[in-house]
Amino acid sequence: MSLKKHDFRENGDKIDYILTIADNSLILGQRMGELTGHGPTLEVDIACTNIALDLFGQVRSYFQYAAQLAEKSCTEDDLAFLRTEREYKNVLLVEQPNTNFAYVIAKQFLFDHYHFLFLNELQNSNDATLSAIAKKSIKEVSYHKRFSSDWVLRLGDGTSVSKEKIQKAINDLWPFTQELFEPNEAEEKAVELGYGVDIAKLQEEYKQAVEKVLIESTLEVPVFEFYQRGGKKGVHSEHMGYLLSDMQYMQRTYPGMKW
Amino acid sequence: MQQESVYIDPILEPILRQVPDPEIPVLSILDLGMVREARLKDKAVAVKLTPTYSGCPAMDVIGDDIKKAIEDAGYVCDVELVLSPAWSTDWITPEGRKALEEYGIAAPLDASADKRALLGEEKLVKCPQCQSKNTHLVSQFGSTACKALFKCDDCREPFDYFKCLI
Repeated sequence: MSLKKHDFRENGDKIDYILTIADNSLILGQRMGELTGHGPTLEVDIACTNIALDLFGQVRSYFQYAAQLAEKSCTEDDLAFLRTEREYKNVLLVEQPNTNFAYVIAKQFLFDHYHFLFLNELQNSNDATLSAIAKKSIKEVSYHKRFSSDWVLRLGDGTSVSKEKIQKAINDLWPFTQELFEPNEAEEKAVELGYGVDIAKLQEEYKQAVEKVLIESTLEVPVFEFYQRGGKKGVHSEHMGYLLSDMQYMQRTYPGMKW
Repeated sequence: MQQESVYIDPILEPILRQVPDPEIPVLSILDLGMVREARLKDKAVAVKLTPTYSGCPAMDVIGDDIKKAIEDAGYVCDVELVLSPAWSTDWITPEGRKALEEYGIAAPLDASADKRALLGEEKLVKCPQCQSKNTHLVSQFGSTACKALFKCDDCREPFDYFKCLI
Protein backbone atom coordinates (compact mmCIF):
# COMPACT_ATOMS: atom_id res chain seq x y z
CA MET A 1 0.00 0.00 0.00
CA SER A 2 1.16 3.45 -0.71
CA LEU A 3 -0.29 6.54 0.90
CA LYS A 4 0.05 9.66 -1.17
CA LYS A 5 -1.25 13.06 -0.37
CA HIS A 6 -3.26 13.36 -3.55
CA ASP A 7 -5.21 10.22 -2.62
CA PHE A 8 -7.06 12.16 0.02
CA ARG A 9 -7.02 15.70 -1.39
CA GLU A 10 -8.00 18.23 1.23
CA ASN A 11 -7.45 15.93 4.20
CA GLY A 12 -3.96 14.87 3.15
CA ASP A 13 -2.11 17.23 5.45
CA LYS A 14 -4.16 16.31 8.46
CA ILE A 15 -3.70 12.61 7.80
CA ASP A 16 0.06 13.13 7.54
CA TYR A 17 -0.05 14.95 10.85
CA ILE A 18 -2.02 12.18 12.54
CA LEU A 19 0.46 9.61 11.27
CA THR A 20 3.40 11.70 12.49
CA ILE A 21 2.05 11.74 16.04
CA ALA A 22 0.44 8.29 16.12
CA ASP A 23 3.44 6.42 14.71
CA ASN A 24 5.46 7.35 17.79
CA SER A 25 2.98 5.53 20.01
CA LEU A 26 2.71 2.62 17.59
CA ILE A 27 6.43 1.95 17.35
CA LEU A 28 7.16 2.55 21.03
CA GLY A 29 4.22 0.27 21.85
CA GLN A 30 5.74 -2.42 19.62
CA ARG A 31 9.09 -2.10 21.43
CA MET A 32 7.41 -2.29 24.83
CA GLY A 33 5.35 -5.23 23.62
CA GLU A 34 8.58 -7.13 22.96
CA LEU A 35 8.84 -7.49 26.73
CA THR A 36 5.69 -9.61 26.90
CA GLY A 37 6.83 -12.65 28.83
CA HIS A 38 10.40 -11.32 28.93
CA GLY A 39 10.27 -8.59 31.60
CA PRO A 40 12.92 -8.77 34.33
CA THR A 41 10.24 -9.43 36.97
CA LEU A 42 6.57 -10.32 36.66
CA GLU A 43 5.43 -6.90 37.88
CA VAL A 44 7.68 -5.02 35.46
CA ASP A 45 6.64 -7.31 32.64
CA ILE A 46 2.98 -6.51 33.34
CA ALA A 47 3.71 -2.79 33.68
CA CYS A 48 5.57 -2.62 30.35
CA THR A 49 2.89 -4.54 28.49
CA ASN A 50 0.17 -2.39 30.06
CA ILE A 51 2.01 0.67 28.78
CA ALA A 52 2.15 -0.94 25.34
CA LEU A 53 -1.59 -1.59 25.57
CA ASP A 54 -2.32 2.05 26.43
CA LEU A 55 -0.19 3.19 23.51
CA PHE A 56 -1.92 0.84 21.07
CA GLY A 57 -5.30 2.02 22.32
CA GLN A 58 -4.29 5.59 21.57
CA VAL A 59 -2.99 4.56 18.16
CA ARG A 60 -6.31 2.93 17.32
CA SER A 61 -8.17 6.15 18.07
CA TYR A 62 -5.77 8.12 15.86
CA PHE A 63 -5.79 5.62 13.00
CA GLN A 64 -9.56 5.19 13.05
CA TYR A 65 -9.81 8.94 12.67
CA ALA A 66 -7.23 9.00 9.87
CA ALA A 67 -9.07 6.22 8.05
CA GLN A 68 -12.28 8.18 8.38
CA LEU A 69 -10.59 11.29 6.95
CA ALA A 70 -9.28 9.17 4.10
CA GLU A 71 -12.90 8.45 3.26
CA LYS A 72 -12.44 4.79 4.02
CA SER A 73 -9.89 4.29 1.26
CA CYS A 74 -7.85 2.54 3.96
CA THR A 75 -8.55 0.93 7.34
CA GLU A 76 -6.85 1.36 10.69
CA ASP A 77 -5.15 -2.00 10.13
CA ASP A 78 -3.78 -0.92 6.73
CA LEU A 79 -2.24 2.10 8.38
CA ALA A 80 -0.69 0.09 11.17
CA PHE A 81 0.52 -2.93 9.25
CA LEU A 82 0.74 -2.32 5.53
CA ARG A 83 2.86 0.76 5.05
CA THR A 84 6.44 0.59 3.86
CA GLU A 85 9.30 1.74 6.09
CA ARG A 86 9.56 5.17 4.48
CA GLU A 87 5.87 5.83 5.14
CA TYR A 88 6.25 5.62 8.92
CA LYS A 89 6.85 9.04 10.46
CA ASN A 90 7.89 8.16 14.02
CA VAL A 91 10.96 9.73 15.58
CA LEU A 92 14.16 7.68 15.64
CA LEU A 93 14.11 7.54 19.44
CA VAL A 94 11.17 5.16 19.74
CA GLU A 95 12.50 2.59 17.26
CA GLN A 96 15.80 2.12 19.08
CA PRO A 97 16.29 -1.46 20.29
CA ASN A 98 15.70 -2.75 23.83
CA THR A 99 19.41 -3.41 24.29
CA ASN A 100 18.91 -4.06 28.00
CA PHE A 101 16.45 -2.99 30.68
CA ALA A 102 18.21 0.36 31.13
CA TYR A 103 17.56 1.16 27.46
CA VAL A 104 13.90 0.14 27.78
CA ILE A 105 13.49 2.57 30.67
CA ALA A 106 15.63 5.38 29.24
CA LYS A 107 13.77 5.29 25.92
CA GLN A 108 10.39 5.29 27.64
CA PHE A 109 11.49 8.05 30.03
CA LEU A 110 12.80 10.34 27.29
CA PHE A 111 9.64 9.87 25.29
CA ASP A 112 7.12 10.02 28.17
CA HIS A 113 8.19 13.49 29.23
CA TYR A 114 7.81 14.73 25.67
CA HIS A 115 4.54 12.83 25.21
CA PHE A 116 3.01 14.37 28.31
CA LEU A 117 3.86 17.94 27.31
CA PHE A 118 2.70 17.27 23.76
CA LEU A 119 -0.69 15.88 24.78
CA ASN A 120 -1.15 18.68 27.25
CA GLU A 121 -1.01 21.09 24.31
CA LEU A 122 -2.93 18.88 21.89
CA GLN A 123 -5.93 19.19 24.21
CA ASN A 124 -6.27 22.73 22.84
CA SER A 125 -6.42 21.57 19.22
CA ASN A 126 -9.22 23.15 17.19
CA ASP A 127 -9.95 19.65 15.91
CA ALA A 128 -12.49 18.12 18.31
CA THR A 129 -11.38 14.51 17.72
CA LEU A 130 -7.67 15.20 18.26
CA SER A 131 -8.49 17.18 21.38
CA ALA A 132 -10.65 14.32 22.71
CA ILE A 133 -7.92 11.75 22.04
CA ALA A 134 -5.42 13.99 23.86
CA LYS A 135 -7.67 14.43 26.87
CA LYS A 136 -8.13 10.69 27.11
CA SER A 137 -4.48 9.77 26.52
CA ILE A 138 -2.86 12.25 28.87
CA LYS A 139 -4.38 10.51 31.87
CA GLU A 140 -2.67 7.28 30.84
CA VAL A 141 0.60 8.93 29.91
CA SER A 142 0.90 10.57 33.32
CA TYR A 143 1.13 7.03 34.73
CA HIS A 144 3.73 6.05 32.15
CA LYS A 145 5.82 9.10 33.01
CA ARG A 146 5.67 8.29 36.69
CA PHE A 147 6.66 4.67 36.05
CA SER A 148 9.66 5.45 33.84
CA SER A 149 10.85 8.35 36.02
CA ASP A 150 10.67 6.14 39.12
CA TRP A 151 12.82 3.54 37.40
CA VAL A 152 15.40 6.10 36.25
CA LEU A 153 15.65 7.19 39.86
CA ARG A 154 15.88 3.63 41.12
CA LEU A 155 18.57 2.62 38.66
CA GLY A 156 20.49 5.91 38.83
CA ASP A 157 20.51 6.08 42.60
CA GLY A 158 20.86 2.31 42.91
CA THR A 159 24.02 0.20 42.71
CA SER A 160 27.16 1.21 40.86
CA VAL A 161 26.27 -1.29 38.12
CA SER A 162 22.70 -0.05 37.65
CA LYS A 163 23.94 3.52 37.64
CA GLU A 164 26.53 2.83 34.99
CA LYS A 165 23.98 1.05 32.81
CA ILE A 166 21.27 3.70 32.98
CA GLN A 167 23.81 6.48 32.42
CA LYS A 168 25.08 4.72 29.31
CA ALA A 169 21.54 4.23 28.02
CA ILE A 170 20.65 7.89 28.61
CA ASN A 171 23.88 8.98 26.90
CA ASP A 172 23.30 6.71 23.91
CA LEU A 173 19.67 7.79 23.42
CA TRP A 174 20.18 11.47 24.11
CA PRO A 175 21.20 12.32 20.50
CA PHE A 176 17.70 11.24 19.40
CA THR A 177 15.86 13.75 21.60
CA GLN A 178 16.37 16.86 19.49
CA GLU A 179 14.20 15.47 16.70
CA LEU A 180 11.18 15.53 19.01
CA PHE A 181 11.15 19.32 18.78
CA GLU A 182 11.86 19.76 15.07
CA PRO A 183 8.61 19.91 13.12
CA ASN A 184 8.21 18.15 9.79
CA GLU A 185 6.10 19.64 7.03
CA ALA A 186 2.82 18.21 8.33
CA GLU A 187 3.50 19.53 11.83
CA GLU A 188 4.24 23.02 10.52
CA LYS A 189 1.03 23.01 8.54
CA ALA A 190 -0.89 21.75 11.58
CA VAL A 191 0.31 24.62 13.73
CA GLU A 192 -0.62 27.08 10.98
CA LEU A 193 -4.15 25.71 10.80
CA GLY A 194 -4.62 25.45 14.56
CA TYR A 195 -5.09 21.71 14.97
CA GLY A 196 -1.48 20.89 15.80
CA VAL A 197 1.04 21.56 18.55
CA ASP A 198 3.93 23.98 18.23
CA ILE A 199 6.48 21.45 19.45
CA ALA A 200 9.50 23.74 19.29
CA LYS A 201 8.00 25.64 22.20
CA LEU A 202 7.98 22.55 24.42
CA GLN A 203 11.72 22.05 24.42
CA GLU A 204 12.65 24.27 27.34
CA GLU A 205 10.06 22.75 29.63
CA TYR A 206 11.11 19.26 28.50
CA LYS A 207 14.71 19.98 29.25
CA GLN A 208 13.90 21.17 32.75
CA ALA A 209 11.63 18.22 33.55
CA VAL A 210 14.09 15.61 32.29
CA GLU A 211 17.11 17.24 33.94
CA LYS A 212 15.30 17.43 37.25
CA VAL A 213 14.80 13.65 37.29
CA LEU A 214 18.37 12.98 36.11
CA ILE A 215 19.87 15.18 38.80
CA GLU A 216 17.68 13.63 41.48
CA SER A 217 18.86 10.24 40.20
CA THR A 218 22.50 11.35 40.66
CA LEU A 219 23.02 11.02 36.91
CA GLU A 220 24.82 13.35 34.60
CA VAL A 221 22.96 15.36 32.00
CA PRO A 222 24.62 14.51 28.69
CA VAL A 223 26.03 17.31 26.56
CA PHE A 224 25.85 16.81 22.82
CA GLU A 225 26.49 18.91 19.81
CA PHE A 226 25.43 16.48 17.18
CA TYR A 227 21.92 15.10 17.04
CA GLN A 228 20.34 12.34 14.93
CA ARG A 229 17.20 13.06 12.97
CA GLY A 230 15.24 11.68 10.03
CA GLY A 231 12.41 9.48 11.29
CA LYS A 232 9.81 12.18 10.92
CA LYS A 233 10.68 12.41 7.24
CA GLY A 234 10.58 8.66 6.87
CA VAL A 235 14.34 8.10 6.98
CA HIS A 236 14.81 5.50 9.70
CA SER A 237 17.67 3.75 11.44
CA GLU A 238 18.63 0.20 10.53
CA HIS A 239 16.56 -1.14 13.44
CA MET A 240 13.27 -0.10 11.89
CA GLY A 241 13.20 -2.74 9.15
CA TYR A 242 13.64 -5.56 11.65
CA LEU A 243 10.94 -4.11 13.87
CA LEU A 244 8.51 -3.86 10.96
CA SER A 245 9.22 -7.37 9.75
CA ASP A 246 8.12 -8.61 13.19
CA MET A 247 5.18 -6.27 13.48
CA GLN A 248 3.82 -6.78 9.98
CA TYR A 249 4.44 -10.50 9.76
CA MET A 250 0.87 -11.68 10.28
CA GLN A 251 -0.77 -9.18 7.92
CA ARG A 252 1.83 -9.79 5.23
CA THR A 253 1.62 -13.55 5.52
CA TYR A 254 -2.16 -13.79 5.83
CA PRO A 255 -3.45 -10.67 4.06
CA GLY A 256 -6.72 -9.38 5.49
CA MET A 257 -6.59 -11.71 8.50
CA LYS A 258 -8.79 -10.84 11.47
CA TRP A 259 -8.91 -12.04 15.05
CA MET B 1 -19.71 14.13 40.92
CA GLN B 2 -22.08 12.04 38.82
CA GLN B 3 -22.24 12.78 35.85
CA GLU B 4 -21.83 15.17 33.01
CA SER B 5 -24.83 15.00 30.70
CA VAL B 6 -25.70 11.34 30.87
CA TYR B 7 -29.03 10.27 29.50
CA ILE B 8 -30.27 6.74 29.82
CA ASP B 9 -33.80 5.96 28.74
CA PRO B 10 -35.66 4.44 31.72
CA ILE B 11 -36.97 1.61 29.56
CA LEU B 12 -33.43 0.64 28.58
CA GLU B 13 -31.91 1.01 32.03
CA PRO B 14 -32.81 -2.46 33.37
CA ILE B 15 -31.51 -4.07 30.18
CA LEU B 16 -28.17 -2.25 30.32
CA ARG B 17 -27.85 -2.99 34.02
CA GLN B 18 -27.64 -6.69 33.08
CA VAL B 19 -24.50 -6.14 30.99
CA PRO B 20 -21.37 -6.79 33.07
CA ASP B 21 -17.79 -5.66 32.59
CA PRO B 22 -16.24 -8.91 31.30
CA GLU B 23 -13.10 -8.38 33.38
CA ILE B 24 -14.91 -7.40 36.59
CA PRO B 25 -18.15 -9.37 36.25
CA VAL B 26 -19.69 -8.05 39.49
CA LEU B 27 -19.85 -4.58 37.97
CA SER B 28 -22.51 -3.47 35.58
CA ILE B 29 -21.32 -1.17 32.83
CA LEU B 30 -23.84 1.34 34.22
CA ASP B 31 -22.10 1.27 37.61
CA LEU B 32 -18.80 1.91 35.86
CA GLY B 33 -20.29 4.96 34.14
CA MET B 34 -19.30 3.74 30.69
CA VAL B 35 -22.67 4.35 29.07
CA ARG B 36 -23.02 8.03 28.28
CA GLU B 37 -26.24 7.92 26.40
CA ALA B 38 -28.95 5.38 25.58
CA ARG B 39 -31.81 6.77 23.53
CA LEU B 40 -34.89 5.00 22.31
CA LYS B 41 -36.83 6.10 19.26
CA ASP B 42 -39.58 3.74 18.12
CA LYS B 43 -37.70 0.45 18.07
CA ALA B 44 -34.26 1.91 17.41
CA VAL B 45 -31.74 2.27 20.22
CA ALA B 46 -28.65 4.47 20.01
CA VAL B 47 -26.00 3.86 22.68
CA LYS B 48 -22.93 5.98 23.28
CA LEU B 49 -20.18 4.14 25.08
CA THR B 50 -16.88 5.48 26.42
CA PRO B 51 -13.80 3.35 27.18
CA THR B 52 -12.18 3.35 30.61
CA TYR B 53 -8.68 3.16 29.07
CA SER B 54 -7.91 3.70 25.38
CA GLY B 55 -6.43 0.25 25.04
CA CYS B 56 -9.09 -1.55 27.06
CA PRO B 57 -9.35 -4.90 25.25
CA ALA B 58 -12.83 -5.45 26.68
CA MET B 59 -14.41 -2.66 24.63
CA ASP B 60 -15.34 -4.76 21.62
CA VAL B 61 -16.86 -7.42 23.85
CA ILE B 62 -18.82 -4.85 25.84
CA GLY B 63 -20.12 -3.26 22.64
CA ASP B 64 -21.24 -6.68 21.37
CA ASP B 65 -22.81 -7.58 24.72
CA ILE B 66 -24.83 -4.36 24.77
CA LYS B 67 -25.99 -4.94 21.22
CA LYS B 68 -27.02 -8.47 22.01
CA ALA B 69 -28.86 -7.58 25.24
CA ILE B 70 -30.84 -4.84 23.55
CA GLU B 71 -31.59 -6.84 20.43
CA ASP B 72 -32.73 -9.78 22.56
CA ALA B 73 -35.26 -7.38 24.09
CA GLY B 74 -36.67 -6.73 20.64
CA TYR B 75 -34.97 -3.51 19.57
CA VAL B 76 -32.50 -2.54 16.87
CA CYS B 77 -29.29 -1.29 18.43
CA ASP B 78 -26.42 0.89 17.31
CA VAL B 79 -23.39 1.34 19.58
CA GLU B 80 -21.08 4.29 19.06
CA LEU B 81 -17.75 4.78 20.82
CA VAL B 82 -17.15 8.28 22.17
CA LEU B 83 -13.93 9.60 23.71
CA SER B 84 -15.05 12.95 25.02
CA PRO B 85 -15.54 13.73 27.82
CA ALA B 86 -12.89 11.23 28.86
CA TRP B 87 -13.98 8.61 31.38
CA SER B 88 -13.18 9.25 35.01
CA THR B 89 -13.20 7.01 38.08
CA ASP B 90 -15.47 9.64 39.63
CA TRP B 91 -18.19 8.23 37.41
CA ILE B 92 -18.22 4.89 39.22
CA THR B 93 -21.45 4.85 41.24
CA PRO B 94 -21.52 4.26 45.03
CA GLU B 95 -23.10 0.83 44.33
CA GLY B 96 -20.26 0.15 41.89
CA ARG B 97 -17.64 1.04 44.49
CA LYS B 98 -19.32 -1.24 47.01
CA ALA B 99 -19.45 -4.09 44.50
CA LEU B 100 -15.74 -3.60 43.75
CA GLU B 101 -14.78 -3.78 47.42
CA GLU B 102 -16.90 -6.89 47.98
CA TYR B 103 -15.29 -8.50 44.96
CA GLY B 104 -11.83 -7.88 46.48
CA ILE B 105 -10.74 -4.83 44.50
CA ALA B 106 -9.97 -1.64 46.43
CA ALA B 107 -12.03 1.26 45.06
CA PRO B 108 -10.23 4.38 43.78
CA LEU B 109 -9.26 7.10 46.24
CA ASP B 110 -9.57 10.76 45.34
CA ALA B 111 -6.87 12.18 43.06
CA SER B 112 -4.43 13.61 45.58
CA ALA B 113 -4.67 10.62 47.93
CA ASP B 114 -4.22 8.32 44.94
CA LYS B 115 -1.00 10.07 43.98
CA ARG B 116 0.42 9.87 47.49
CA ALA B 117 -0.57 6.21 47.74
CA LEU B 118 0.99 5.29 44.41
CA LEU B 119 4.18 7.19 45.21
CA GLY B 120 4.35 5.21 48.44
CA GLU B 121 4.28 8.37 50.55
CA GLU B 122 1.31 7.39 52.65
CA LYS B 123 -0.55 4.23 53.50
CA LEU B 124 -4.04 5.06 52.30
CA VAL B 125 -5.31 2.11 50.32
CA LYS B 126 -7.48 -0.17 52.40
CA CYS B 127 -7.18 -3.94 52.05
CA PRO B 128 -10.54 -5.23 50.79
CA GLN B 129 -10.01 -8.49 52.72
CA CYS B 130 -9.26 -7.25 56.24
CA GLN B 131 -9.86 -3.47 55.96
CA SER B 132 -6.34 -2.67 57.21
CA LYS B 133 -4.60 0.35 55.74
CA ASN B 134 -1.23 -1.22 56.49
CA THR B 135 -0.65 -1.98 52.81
CA HIS B 136 2.08 -1.30 50.28
CA LEU B 137 2.32 -0.83 46.54
CA VAL B 138 3.80 -3.78 44.64
CA SER B 139 3.35 -2.40 41.12
CA GLN B 140 1.69 0.63 39.58
CA PHE B 141 0.34 -1.61 36.85
CA GLY B 142 -1.80 -4.58 37.79
CA SER B 143 -3.73 -7.38 36.11
CA THR B 144 -5.52 -4.93 33.82
CA ALA B 145 -4.74 -1.40 32.61
CA CYS B 146 -7.11 0.14 35.16
CA LYS B 147 -5.57 -1.46 38.26
CA ALA B 148 -2.44 -1.31 40.43
CA LEU B 149 -1.17 -4.19 42.55
CA PHE B 150 -0.99 -3.85 46.34
CA LYS B 151 -0.18 -6.16 49.21
CA CYS B 152 -1.63 -6.07 52.72
CA ASP B 153 1.04 -6.19 55.44
CA ASP B 154 -1.47 -7.44 58.04
CA CYS B 155 -3.32 -10.28 56.34
CA ARG B 156 -0.51 -10.70 53.74
CA GLU B 157 -2.96 -10.97 50.86
CA PRO B 158 -2.12 -9.30 47.56
CA PHE B 159 -4.99 -7.34 46.02
CA ASP B 160 -5.87 -5.07 43.13
CA TYR B 161 -6.48 -1.36 43.54
CA PHE B 162 -8.61 0.42 40.97
CA LYS B 163 -6.44 3.40 39.98
CA CYS B 164 -7.84 6.88 40.11
CA LEU B 165 -8.34 8.46 36.70
CA ILE B 166 -9.78 11.94 36.61
